[in-house]
Parts: sequence; C-alpha cells; structure tokens
Amino acid sequence: MEAHLINGQALPLAELPVFEPGAWRARLAAALEAGDWLAAMLPTPTPGGARLVAVLASNLGRLRVLTCPLPTTLASLTPTHPQVHWFERELAETGSVAIEGHPHLRPIRADRSAEAPYYRLESPQLHEVAVGPVHAGVIEPGHFRFQCHGEEVLHLEIRLGYQHRGIERRLVGGPDRRTMAYMETAAGDTTVGHATAHALVMEGLMDLAVPPRAEVVRALALELERLANHVGDLGALAGDVGYLPGASYLGRLRGDFLNLTLELAGNRFGRGLVRVGGVGLDLEPARATRLAGALGRARGELEGVLDLLLTEPALQARFCGMGRLEPPRARELGLVGPAARASGLSTDVRRDWAWGAYRACQLPVPTWHSGTVHGRMWVRIAEIRASLAAVALWLGALPAGAARVAETTLRPHHLAVGLVEGWRGAIAHVGITDAQGRFAAYKLVDPSFHNWMGLAMVMRGEPISHFPICNKSFNLSYCGHDL
Amino acid sequence: MLRVLLERWRQGHRTMPLTGTWSALPERYRGRPVLPTDACPPACTACVDACPTEALGLEGRHPVLDLGRCLFCPACVEACPLARLGFSRDPRLAVSRVQDLMLRPDHAPVLAERLDADMRRLFGRSLRLRQVSAGGCNACEADANVLNTVGFDLARTGIQFVASPRHADGLLITGPVTENMREALWKTYQATPEPRLVIAVGACAISGGPYRGHPEVLDGASGLLPVDLFVPGCPPHPLTLLDGLLRWLGQLEAVPTP
Repeated sequence: MEAHLINGQALPLAELPVFEPGAWRARLAAALEAGDWLAAMLPTPTPGGARLVAVLASNLGRLRVLTCPLPTTLASLTPTHPQVHWFERELAETGSVAIEGHPHLRPIRADRSAEAPYYRLESPQLHEVAVGPVHAGVIEPGHFRFQCHGEEVLHLEIRLGYQHRGIERRLVGGPDRRTMAYMETAAGDTTVGHATAHALVMEGLMDLAVPPRAEVVRALALELERLANHVGDLGALAGDVGYLPGASYLGRLRGDFLNLTLELAGNRFGRGLVRVGGVGLDLEPARATRLAGALGRARGELEGVLDLLLTEPALQARFCGMGRLEPPRARELGLVGPAARASGLSTDVRRDWAWGAYRACQLPVPTWHSGTVHGRMWVRIAEIRASLAAVALWLGALPAGAARVAETTLRPHHLAVGLVEGWRGAIAHVGITDAQGRFAAYKLVDPSFHNWMGLAMVMRGEPISHFPICNKSFNLSYCGHDL
Repeated sequence: MLRVLLERWRQGHRTMPLTGTWSALPERYRGRPVLPTDACPPACTACVDACPTEALGLEGRHPVLDLGRCLFCPACVEACPLARLGFSRDPRLAVSRVQDLMLRPDHAPVLAERLDADMRRLFGRSLRLRQVSAGGCNACEADANVLNTVGFDLARTGIQFVASPRHADGLLITGPVTENMREALWKTYQATPEPRLVIAVGACAISGGPYRGHPEVLDGASGLLPVDLFVPGCPPHPLTLLDGLLRWLGQLEAVPTP
C-alpha cells in the first residue's frame, strides 16, 4: 500500500512503505502517466537508513509519498517522463545518487568555477549569444546561452545557481530563530507564499489547528502578493513593447497593492505576518475597513488599464503568437501556475489541494488555450479579477476569534507536506523530523524550479529579440530556484 | 487612441513630492527602531535571544542595535516582556560610515553625510548607477526599481539606473554577495570607471542579513568592495533609499518642503 496524505498533514515515517528502488521507479512512472504531478523529490536520513522520497500531487486532493532506500545509481526517468529532469539533476548534484541515462546531466546550482560545458550546436553558420549573469536591468543574476541561426534561436540553455545561499543545508537541525527569515527571503517577491507553505509543514508536524481568522488573513495576504506581482508583470510586459501607458499606470498600481500589504503587515512584502500557529499581526475591523477602501480605489484605477491591455491592437499584434508552449509540452514538463494555465492546464493548488481559507472559498481557475505571451497575460488579468473579488469578500467577512495559537514541539520521525499556490504557481515544502523533532531534511520547491525549462522551450524558433518579452511573460525567480 | 487619452485623464498626475511624504506611512510600518533609554531589568536577555541575526546586543543593561544586521522583523518587540522595544515610522536610516549603523539609546541618530565637494561636483546632480543583485531575494531589487515608477520619478533627481557598468558612476549592490557571484560582481566593479561609488542596499548587502556566517556568502558587499553608503532594511522602503541618496548627494537642501 502507498501512503496518502492531504495538504498540510503529517505522517509518521514508520507508516511510509519502503519500495525496492526498481519498484519505486515503476510506481513513480505509473503515477506520472496517470496524471500525477511531481511536487518534490529529496534524499533524507531516517531511522531505517537513508531514503529517497518522492511527493506526488494526485487526484481527489491527495498527496502520495513514495520512498525507497537511497540507491547508489538510478536509471533516469527523464527520457520518458521529462518533468523529472530537473529533480534528477538536483539529486545528482548532491552526490548521493548517480543518475544514469539523463540526456543533459549538468549541475543546477554548482560552484560557478567548475562549470560543465554548455550544450552547443557546431556549424559555421551558427553563432552563440551569451547573456548574464549581470543583466541590463534591475534584475537577479542568471546566465542565458543561446544557439542562434541568424536571428532565430535554435536552443537556449539557462544556467542558474548564482544566488545560492545554502538555505536547505542550514535548515537541517532546525527550526530555530532564523528559520522564518529564510522562508521570507527564499524568494522575496513570494514572502507570503513560502512562509505559508512552511507554516503548513510546521503545523502538520506539531499537529496544530490554525484559527479560521488566521487562515483568512493569510489567504488575504497571499492574494495581495499575487495582485502586486501580476500587476507588476503586466506593466513590465507593456514596457517591453514600448506601451508606456500600461507600463506607467501598472508600475504605480503595483505599489498600491504593496502598500496594502504594508498596511496589513508593516512591510511591503508581508514580512512579519505569517507565523507558525497563525499570523503575528491581527486584522482589526478598523484596519479591514481601511484596506477595503484602498482596495476599492485601486480596483477602480486598475480596471481601465486592464481594458487597455486587452483591446490595444499594438499589444495584441506583438503578444499573440509569440512564445508558444503547446499544452502537451507544458504537461510533460510539469509546468505550474499561470504559465501552465495559459497552456490550457487547469491546475491550481487552491482548488486541487486546497488548504486553509481556500477550502471554504473556491476561486475560479482561468485557463487559456494558446500557450503564448498573450495567453500568459490573459490568465494574469483573469486571476487579478478573481483575487480582487476574493480579497473584498474576505475583508467584509473576517471570522471572529484568535489570530494565533501557541506553538508546540515537532513530532519526531514525521514527514509533512505543505503546498501553496503562490503567484508563480505551486510552492512545495517538505519537512522530515529526526528522533529529537529537529529537521532531518527540509525541501523547498519554488514554482520556478518547474518552469525555467518552459521558458527555454518557448524560445526555440523565436527571434532572439523576443527573449525579453518571453522572459517577462514567465518572470521566474532566480533566488527561489537557487536557494 | 481616445481610450488611451481618457485613461490618461482618469489616472491623473501621481508623482509624489520628493520629501515630506513619509508622514503618510501607515502606523504599522516598521521604520527606525526605538530602544529603551532607561536600564533593563538585570539578567533579561529576551530580545537578544529572539533576534534572528544577532543584531541586538547588550551594553550593560541597555540594548544596542546594529541597523546593518536588523531585519526590521517584530521578533524582539514580541519577545520583550515589558514591551520596551518598538519601531517608529521614521524611514530615514541610510548612513555613510559603517560605525553609524550602531544604534545606542544615548546617541542621537546619525544620517548619511554629504559626499565631499569634489564628488558632489561630479555626481551631485547626475548619478548613473549599475545595480548588481548578488544573492538578493528580489525584494530589495523590486523596491529599488520602484523608484523608477511615475510615483517616485527618480529621474528628476538626476539619478538613473543604467545597463552597463561602463556607463555607470557607481554600483548599487543587493544581496549577501554569494560565492557564485563574487567573480561577476568584481568584474562589474572593475568595469566601472573611477571615481566610482558603492551603495549597499538591505541587511544582506550590509552584513549578510539572515545568511550571515554561511560559507556560501561573503557577509555583504564590504567583504569584497569598499562601501560608501549603507541603506538598512529588509528590504528598505523606497523612501529610505531615496532619502539616503538625496542626503548623500547634497540635494535635500535644494528641495522645497511641501
């Protein structure tokens, strides 16, 4: 029998069946073929020895955990199941497992001084373009290596790791007083998302029930984070094609949503708000009224600009057809978030593996069929409207009661999973405790971990001048990937 | 076209005055920390023990705070059994000397000093900055970028972010400076013509922030380069960065208070 759990739940390690590596691999392959999505894969010490753990998000809101003794070698699943490719590269980089038969087994965060060679196409008619790690804008570092035939990009290799700060290594032996700071800065633009996923793991391991009021405040903050980032992304897209009304108005309106979070949390990115057991700062009626007023004003100013984006012919001409990711490709790569939904995949943690306030308040999950830059813009606009409605609803109907309950201790030898739909897509956290109730292993999977390959794929066949626009339409995290 | 013009009229003029706007910050905003002026009970170390970045210390029975390490999180405020610690709404925090980052209850707060006359003559009304994120979490980057929006309109002060270090007068660094970015940051610095300035923005770039002590990072920009302006925060509010830059460039006297 396999072990099943729901989002935010913890299971004793003893209840996790241990398969032989061959059977583990076969079950993982079968689950992916049945439509499961691989949320996390990590090696961990357990009382019975080192294990390899795969967490699959399955149907009916279930999460499946597959474990096997940590093998010394593993036949790569990537050739048949591409969504495993980045996980296998990460696993190989830790040095614990040798992956055999992976088509491009390069490190994903390794020391930059010992770089593996890039994938190259050799022909006198081709040239290579190298960009980064220091880019032209105010943006994080990464390296992009394009293989080009004239203007046309034949292949893009994305090399990351420049932002590696050692978060996961340092979490082992925790939690401690720095833990929440790591969560809030793992990907700073997703402070609430990662902090909430961590809180779910901790509360699962502590067997703690969070008060409904705290669940609503967390959800409200998560939607404000989505609003600020989606609005900012739309402004950046408009700016990249020289549509200044969109860039100017949306750039300013993004700040309005950050200021709503500032009013709620005392910090424009929501730091200090989400705490284990609830929220560190309550939302009093007077503050809720002020937030609702400010939200209404921002909403009024936003609607007109969103209409401009959807009707301006110059924008449609640029965005429609650009950066296409076909739905089957998005599915096989395991894409998440707005990028997946713009390629027709109806997936959203808030609906499919609902937690907290989302169990009682279902947001619509907009999808678009084109998989293009326009699709990713359209999905963001639809999500902005859904989030605005949800925040307005919650501000008017906050549950009474406490905003936080006291922390207890972590149960020893347990595994807990926290999934959260951040603004970029599914965030997965997995915490595994040792005999003392300290972290034996902790895994953070930012949505960018799944989606960087999607960006590389959409560039094939595109003119290289489309890269900035395609890149903005994904707007992935470097630090969230590099950790 | 008519829709664009109509929307232009609806959006209105939204550029803020350069100074005096911080009184509008909400009451929960965590600006300059406030330390107790009288002595704490003997043997109480609650705030020091709660601080995630060892920013707080005790001198006798008085808490002192390193603004360069402070994440402006509420941990110490929540931990103090007598509720003696707090945050003011004052966003002015930037300093130009590293020792001025240390906040002591009996010392008047020090802000960034003006650059010397030679540097002000060169950069006072025109400063081009190359931003380098070296392990930053994209919060400092985002709130530096926000100064380019129509709300802050940084360009009116003569400060601009540029694409190439060769066009820059200085670097604005965010993040704890990872080992993996060491070489790229050093090359960017070398490519910036002299005289050049270095600004460290955020707790990470000043001290390593929550990553201080990790072997993967250099504990801030000072581990590699001489830093001329320190802007504390996690991340600093855009007004903190703006105030620091204008104060440093000597522009504040020239700006009329609204």
